Amino acid sequence: MKLMWFHLMPYTELPADFREANPSVWVDIHSKLFDPKRAHLMYNDFMDELEYAAQCGFDAVCVNEHHSNGYGLMPSPNLIAASLARRTTDTAICVMGNSLALYNPPTRVAEEFAMIDCISGGRLIAGFPVGTPMDTCYAYGTNPSQLRQRYLEAHDLVMRAWQEKHTFAFNGRFNQQRYVNIWPRPVQIPHPPIWIPGGGSVETWRWCAEMDYVYCYLSYYGYKAGRATMDGFWAEMKRLGKQPNPYQAGFLQFVGVAESRGQALDLYSEAAEYFYGRCLHVDARWATPPGYTSEGSQRAGIESQIKQAADANVRGKSTGERFASVAREMDAIVDKGYVIIGSPDEVAEQLREVAVNLNVGHLMLLLQYGNMSKRVAKYNTRLFAEQVMPKMKDLFSEWDDRWWPQPMDTAQRADIPAFMPHLAAE
Amino acid sequence: MSDFETLAIDVNGFPTRVWRKGSGPRLGFLAGFGGLPREVPFLHELAKHRTVIVPSLPGFPGGDRGHTVLDTHLDWVLAVREILGKADLVGADLAGSSVGGSLAAEVAAIWPEAVRKLALVAPFGLFDEGDPPTDPWAQRGDAVAGLMCADPAIWTALKTAPEAANSVEWPIEQTRASEAAARIFWPLGNTKLEKRLPLISAPTLLVWGAEDKIVPRSYADRFAKAITGDTEIKVIPDAGHLAELDQPTAVAEAIVGWMA
Repeated sequence: MKLMWFHLMPYTELPADFREANPSVWVDIHSKLFDPKRAHLMYNDFMDELEYAAQCGFDAVCVNEHHSNGYGLMPSPNLIAASLARRTTDTAICVMGNSLALYNPPTRVAEEFAMIDCISGGRLIAGFPVGTPMDTCYAYGTNPSQLRQRYLEAHDLVMRAWQEKHTFAFNGRFNQQRYVNIWPRPVQIPHPPIWIPGGGSVETWRWCAEMDYVYCYLSYYGYKAGRATMDGFWAEMKRLGKQPNPYQAGFLQFVGVAESRGQALDLYSEAAEYFYGRCLHVDARWATPPGYTSEGSQRAGIESQIKQAADANVRGKSTGERFASVAREMDAIVDKGYVIIGSPDEVAEQLREVAVNLNVGHLMLLLQYGNMSKRVAKYNTRLFAEQVMPKMKDLFSEWDDRWWPQPMDTAQRADIPAFMPHLAAE
Repeated sequence: MSDFETLAIDVNGFPTRVWRKGSGPRLGFLAGFGGLPREVPFLHELAKHRTVIVPSLPGFPGGDRGHTVLDTHLDWVLAVREILGKADLVGADLAGSSVGGSLAAEVAAIWPEAVRKLALVAPFGLFDEGDPPTDPWAQRGDAVAGLMCADPAIWTALKTAPEAANSVEWPIEQTRASEAAARIFWPLGNTKLEKRLPLISAPTLLVWGAEDKIVPRSYADRFAKAITGDTEIKVIPDAGHLAELDQPTAVAEAIVGWMA
């Protein structure tokens, strides 16, 4: 199976009274809380951590897109990915991803992803999220009633831009371009692997199944809450007669590994409570722009609430209700499965269970979260790579990962000189 | 007390509800934010004096999913013009509230012969950075009632499912109404209507709830100043954004008086 290292890039110095003193970590978080000189250090720590994860042997490093967000400092994950392309060699670069409807024209995504694919020699995983309500409808002002149609059309445009050989005119409902002809073009033929982060809607399950894309559930609420969503995806795959190849799925999980469970609690509680307490403090007024949730998903949610179905835990709830009911103290955080902690053996055992139960071949691991220091993040990363990863790599070896990047042969790839900043000064 | 005749017209392939009641000259009404999931006393007040015709707007209750095919403001304005034609309202007096008020103003500006006299209750469509309208789509659920009506219980009663209603479809219909408004007015409520107001030659009454928490009272003056036809501003005490829900009699009398 594939073990991937994911960074959210949270601002690590939100004040202790953040929840009490501020309405939201997202959309209208106050600029007075942002110190660019501290952010300089944070960005560089975060990029060190991503590079370190690659050195430790993780299969991929992952970045994502958020806007006006105190726990996600990557409005443009592509900038980080470009840097990673130069400072890693064989690791896949997973941009998870670009919210297609936010780019005007959307061919910008086709171009930038093609650049990353060229610079990295074909190591890009292209993630196409719709984007959260906070990012898309509020921070970026996209009309919630058109968001999904714009997203789907932008997807069609990007895919055509990557694959058509000749300049073409795109005559879309929302996008019209007379001359579409992107330069550069991706190394991976016909295109980089497409991964879709979904939120449990029936439409997205079906679309991923039909398009043969990887369905990813990037939840902060762990494997217990994620079960219903992944079960829903696999049920839809079965209904459509598709193979249950675990590599057609991805799942995000927070992990804290240490010598023992007690030591893990000591090491990771503060960072986890910082994340679930301060970072997930989102004002409910940003959670439900009308039209963002399709009527089919609204219907499924209301029906499951009425039936008191087991999965009402997540699927029946709006984003706002989810934020409001988040566990914020370490005992509950661990108990609910948001963060998996323990010794390497304990973590490996739990993660194997997660992977098997959810049938997920791509685990995206959050090993830095909240205000975790670089020192602790590197410890977590290294211990995981050395002692957990080997206990998991054999999983799903009977399946073929058809959704993994196909890079150029090493012999064909550019020689990247070692980074030696002192030379310039001499 | 329902003695409304209910008709269905076709709008871009979507069945669209039209209510009709009363006698005398025709008076159209285009409802505001949230639409009309059920009859309200205001309509019966109007029907005491006039033949009241109340077509639903696409995506609002009674308007099916008609909003889903309207992508641009031109699409919306054309749909409303088509609705007025099919509802037998061309050349009649026209009143509109909030979202519906903005669209009524558009029709009066672009097709002056289509509207005899106009009444607008706190219409959407303008945006002044120095005095912005409240964002109705960025609210906690429990805050909306108090923003729409001076008496929140009136909005809550309008939006609470009747016992006979489908408990799954009713809330979806209410969300759809908010979505349809968003589809026209997201994110600021600014459709650049200001450019077209000078084209309105119909005599225009501007009705404002004294306690409107959505569109500031100052916008009445902006409308009045820009509209070419005669205008008058009538402020209704103890009324919020949807003044016709808070004070059905006072608003109906003001409108009927203006149309006389």
